[in-house]
Amino acid sequence: MDEILTLICEMFQLPFMLRAIIIGILISLCASLLGVSLVLKRYSMIGDGLSHVGFGALALATALNVTPLYIAIPVVIITAFLLLRVNDSGKLKGDSAIAMVSASALAIGVIIVSVSASNVDLNSYLFGSLYAVSNEDMYLSIGLSIAVILLYVLFYNKIFAVTFDESFARATGAKATIYNMIMASLTAVTIVVGMRLVGSLLISSLIIFSPLTSMRLFKTFKKVIISSAILGVVCVVAGIVSSFVLDVPASACIVVTNLGAYILFSAIAALREKISKKV
Amino acid sequence: MLIECKNIRLAYENNTVVNDLSFNVNKGDYLCIIGENGSGKTTLMKALLGLKSVDAGSILLGESLKQNEIGYLPQQTGIQKDFPASVWEVVLSGRINRLGLRPFYSGKDKKIAEANMELLNISKLKNRCYRELSGGQQQRVLLARALCATQKLLLLDEPVAGLDLLATEEMYHIIYDLNRKNGITVIMITHDVNRALRDATHILHLHKNDVFFGDKSHYLECETCRKFTENEAKSGHGCCEKGGCHCHG
Repeated sequence: MDEILTLICEMFQLPFMLRAIIIGILISLCASLLGVSLVLKRYSMIGDGLSHVGFGALALATALNVTPLYIAIPVVIITAFLLLRVNDSGKLKGDSAIAMVSASALAIGVIIVSVSASNVDLNSYLFGSLYAVSNEDMYLSIGLSIAVILLYVLFYNKIFAVTFDESFARATGAKATIYNMIMASLTAVTIVVGMRLVGSLLISSLIIFSPLTSMRLFKTFKKVIISSAILGVVCVVAGIVSSFVLDVPASACIVVTNLGAYILFSAIAALREKISKKV
Repeated sequence: MLIECKNIRLAYENNTVVNDLSFNVNKGDYLCIIGENGSGKTTLMKALLGLKSVDAGSILLGESLKQNEIGYLPQQTGIQKDFPASVWEVVLSGRINRLGLRPFYSGKDKKIAEANMELLNISKLKNRCYRELSGGQQQRVLLARALCATQKLLLLDEPVAGLDLLATEEMYHIIYDLNRKNGITVIMITHDVNRALRDATHILHLHKNDVFFGDKSHYLECETCRKFTENEAKSGHGCCEKGGCHCHG
């Protein structure tokens, strides 16, 4: 036990670990806040699609020798807008459009990585790496989380109305399209920044897991949002710490921690239902 | 006059569903929009709400009515069926049109939300979870939300769809009272011709080239009604069959 504690103390003295934890906390906070709306609006798959597009964009940027974020952020934001449009127009079914886009982007990314001479570690792109995050990422994630939290506080009531019933909100004069676009672009930035840490294959879990887990137990929008934010942060910290202690990839640890929380919450919900039935 | 539609044409994915339609809605009216599936009822309602632009003609709102002051009761979507929200959160969200640039609801907004919950007899459900309510209770919550957005005009899109007999009767009763006692103008899409003829003051019957608009007593005597109810009778659920219609023919 003591050994583990010393190990954890050591961990916090390593600058890259500290940076990874700070970014992890901020990104998971943003992801779970945005995730509540995305999950409820049936847009969960958008996160997955965007992360694959992000992978393609990162590969392209590395091949061209450009700072990755400069290419990845605009590309992913544009894709997010397009996917929203496709979803709304109903011409192509939203989920199949996303599946198509994400598979193609992944494939193109892999080809670019293999063809370009750059010795990129494909593994760190797909599954993330604690070492991959830079100071630049940290500043970006601080800025991003301030933006997301401000958005949530200032537009909380409007976000609720638009998420719960878009046609009612539109009919009573809410600019639903603008809120959808703001949410989509913040999601895009969250995904691009978070991808470096948890990788493009698992980043969407940060978005969907804690909202889904919170919905098992809580029944009002406000409680779901608060619980989801706390849960997201707790799981990321627990995941990173255990990855350090056990020496396994952080992304996998974070997802498994989230899965554990989901099972725990479901069990509590089931237990509560049983008790309330007896009473 | 609250709403004046002049020669409007509405198209849906390049198909004209409503052509050259004119009608008026006055304060205190109870207008039922009836017609077969695909006759453009919902499209018309979207146009009235400003969610869809008209392809020709114009919709004028009376001087006292603003576009965002229409209370709307949409059909339920799948999203709402498992949405984690309390009744209070849902009803209060009806005040969203009064928020403007303010981030939070005021004391006045909350009072109005409470008053509407009282009016629809759902105050006791305030802290309950919306998705755990019965269909009838959910519709009352959505109606309370619509009332939070308006004091003048309600637009209801098949408000009894999916409700059982008892809840249907109750819902119609509430809507009737809101119209007659509280003086709220009602525009309702319905499939229930029988009921429309009982409660409404005016009927708008959409049917490809054969549109009827007028008050109820005229509708009962018109050709459109006769044809429609004959068809309905053939298919076994018409109003004539049930004896609610006084068509000649």
